Amino acid sequence: MQREKFNIVVYSGDLDKVLAAFILATTAASMNMEVNMFFTFWGLNVLRKKKLTSGKNILQKMMSLLNRGGADRLPLSKFNMLGMGPAMMKILMKQSKVPAIPEMIKMAKELGVKFTACTTTLNFMGFTREDFIDGIDSFAGAATFLAEARECKVSYFI
Amino acid sequence: MKADLKIDCFGLLCPMPIIKTSQKIKEMQIGQVLEVVASDEGIKSDMPAWCKTTGQEFLGVEEKEGEYRVYVKKMKGLT
Repeated sequence: MQREKFNIVVYSGDLDKVLAAFILATTAASMNMEVNMFFTFWGLNVLRKKKLTSGKNILQKMMSLLNRGGADRLPLSKFNMLGMGPAMMKILMKQSKVPAIPEMIKMAKELGVKFTACTTTLNFMGFTREDFIDGIDSFAGAATFLAEARECKVSYFI
Repeated sequence: MKADLKIDCFGLLCPMPIIKTSQKIKEMQIGQVLEVVASDEGIKSDMPAWCKTTGQEFLGVEEKEGEYRVYVKKMKGLT
């Protein structure tokens, strides 16, 4: 039997929103669904290594300084307070045994969730494939996502 | 209720009990019963929903002082 498909666009790079995306993705995978997470724009920060990207021009280099990557240093969409908000949120999550984002990534991969990274964002932000962690299944664009989404009963944008 | 296997999800929030259940069910034989001990009351609604979607049988829930014991019978394989 063909498995039901679930697609989710991770546009946001905020800790709280990314957490919601991973909760839905891992749960859907546990419900026997075929899950694809499409990371684009700020969402790509989740899959970036914790290093500065090179960038081809001055704007991309500046962006690299301001827009930091790394799954364990995402900001909050509210009450970020120069990083105090996420620090407190991580303590709350730990107290409630909610997995942190790096653990969520690991769990998602173990459950067979597929990761796609948006090549458009990659190019205009000046990222290269070396800037990303392992486990990305494909580098693709909007048509790939839409072709998948057409076959999905459930498709979300976060 | 009697179960063949048991997992402890006490203190874990959604979706961890469901994810752990699906991982355990994968390892089990068809016909075996799993007992899930949890403290998050969401499980009362989440487990029947998970069973319905994946084709497993939800046998019921026993509730006592903030502890939920949920029973699931494996009816078919999970991929």
